[in-house]
Amino acid sequence: MGTISLKNISKSFGSTQVLKNLNVDIKDGEFLTLVGPSGCGKSTLLRIIAGLEQQTSGDVLIDDKVVNKIRASERDLAMVFQSYALYPHLTVRRNLETPLRLRDYNSFERLPLIGNFSPNKKNKTESINQLVNKTSETLKISELLDRKPGQLSGGQRQRVALGRAMVREPVAFLMDEPLSNLDAALRVHMRSELSELHNSLKTTFVYVTHDQAEALTMSSRMAVMIDGNLLQLDTPQEVYDNPASLSVAQFVGSPKINIFNGSSDSSGTVSILNLNLKRKSSETNLELSIGIRPEHLEITNQSDENTFSATVAYRENLGSDIFFHVNTEDGMNRIIVRGIPQFTNEISNGSKVNIKRASDKALLFNKEGKRVQFNNA
Amino acid sequence: MQTKEYIGESWKHGILIVGAILVLLPFYMMVSMSLKSQQEIQSISGGLIGAQEVQTFPVCVKTGYSEETCTTKPYIYNYWFAFEKAPIPRYLMNGVIVTFSIFIIQVLVALPCAYALAKLRFYGREFVFSMVLFCLLIPVHGIALPLYIMLAQAGLVDTYSALILPWTISVFGIFLMRQFFMTVPDELIDAARMDGMGEYSIVWKVMLPTAIPALLAFAIFSVVAHWNDYFWPRMVITGNRDLFTPPLGIREFRGGIDSDEFGPMMASIVTVTVPLIVAFIIAQKRFIEGITLTGMK
Repeated sequence: MGTISLKNISKSFGSTQVLKNLNVDIKDGEFLTLVGPSGCGKSTLLRIIAGLEQQTSGDVLIDDKVVNKIRASERDLAMVFQSYALYPHLTVRRNLETPLRLRDYNSFERLPLIGNFSPNKKNKTESINQLVNKTSETLKISELLDRKPGQLSGGQRQRVALGRAMVREPVAFLMDEPLSNLDAALRVHMRSELSELHNSLKTTFVYVTHDQAEALTMSSRMAVMIDGNLLQLDTPQEVYDNPASLSVAQFVGSPKINIFNGSSDSSGTVSILNLNLKRKSSETNLELSIGIRPEHLEITNQSDENTFSATVAYRENLGSDIFFHVNTEDGMNRIIVRGIPQFTNEISNGSKVNIKRASDKALLFNKEGKRVQFNNA
Repeated sequence: MQTKEYIGESWKHGILIVGAILVLLPFYMMVSMSLKSQQEIQSISGGLIGAQEVQTFPVCVKTGYSEETCTTKPYIYNYWFAFEKAPIPRYLMNGVIVTFSIFIIQVLVALPCAYALAKLRFYGREFVFSMVLFCLLIPVHGIALPLYIMLAQAGLVDTYSALILPWTISVFGIFLMRQFFMTVPDELIDAARMDGMGEYSIVWKVMLPTAIPALLAFAIFSVVAHWNDYFWPRMVITGNRDLFTPPLGIREFRGGIDSDEFGPMMASIVTVTVPLIVAFIIAQKRFIEGITLTGMK
């Protein structure tokens, strides 16, 4: 079992409120990502779950038990830190053993020398060794056990930090941006490894990141947090396709979603630039922000009532895709369009292009950033 | 161009060499005088080690040793007579007992204090820390008399406690370790808490091992200061020769039976200085290596 519930959690540092009345239910075995820009309070929330920080108000429940007053070490959670936080003076083996020694040995058995006289210590040491060996085989760090953290590469330290969390077989893993100190290639690789690890352990993971790509690739559900508020909690696909607000739409997705200014008339017809959308807005006579993701815009040769023209300002070639940053003719919007290399290779900076949008993909937001639905959508 | 650079480099080295000579000259004099005879010392002759002629030393004879014992080479006589005249091993042992007791208690006090000041949030922390800084400004000599009176009232004059107790709380140590602990990432402490360590375990099992380089630096300050201290032992050790620390012991050679005898005096000073120098040559390597925090990032 490993369910975690947060009920009306608020946290203030002095007069600044960093978490505003959050409610989250994390299911057993779920990979939940807390994602948001820096300073949104996601790490604080994780530390509150861990018991390293005390919430100002609200309850934390682990397996339906209120743990507000229970110390971090007794909550049976394991945490992986951004800087790995390995003990620099201990070998990898001792780093992995430490949480087990503290949990399994009693205070007499932890004493140097005379602790060895305790009759049970031998059995306990045996089982600790087994756990350490098992974990290090799972993570392929067996050959590193006698080294110190200073002699390891970033990726190896990452594994050791994971190992130190795993040996305890906790009810849930808490991870605070564990991949952000790795280089780009290794980070992508570790993403898949973490997902596989989660599949094989079937333990609850709570994962904090500012990288929306990590959230989208790994999580079963993601919680988007901005400025201490929980804006949306849903599956990655749902958050991407159906963002609840403008800030969520802008935060999730890379490159960023394009936002156009537009409006709806009395019949609910939405107009942007020179185009009218087929679907009708549920709210009429409204100033709107219309979001269209770069992959839903396309460069075409035709020019008809579904296209608008623009000038290429900058061309960003990623190999598999080319992203064109274009200025619309009225000069009001700078937008990003995805192009497929084989069709758009010749287009260079400064050329004029026609842009067509894919139908049924636009998202409407009102001026407060709230989502506006289409009629019968 | 090349020669110009050489000249530019050489004058820097020139200044450094002059500085080094100025610093090392007293040590050279000390070693040299500990090897030479009284006549050579007074006439400033004989170079580093003197002629080493076998001779009979009058002070020795006056002290009551046989003429045969007192007839030997100067360097043998100087060191032999230094150890004969004063119980130097006893003084050295006192020095070791006092400096190490002071250092160990200082660490026992300073580490938890520094940890609390650097890493724990509590009401009044900044005030306490400013008090620590304020205490750095109080000169030892200013509070020597009240301290002495307190020790006297407690009946502790002429004991090891009098030598050790007043120095056990080192504000400098607290300050130095606090500054070092500020650089230790909070995450390391959080990790230890998650693993189930209490705050005291964190201090001794996590902070202490990472702080070895800073602790060695502090050890140098502390041990040198208290090994060489003359002022305080002179005040609180009034009669009992068994409690003399090395600097007090050297005083034994001042104003001998008929005159100051520099040879044995310098020999005793060399004996007192050598343990420190050896200790630092050994510690130097550890000092540079240290346990770096590279395992952290």
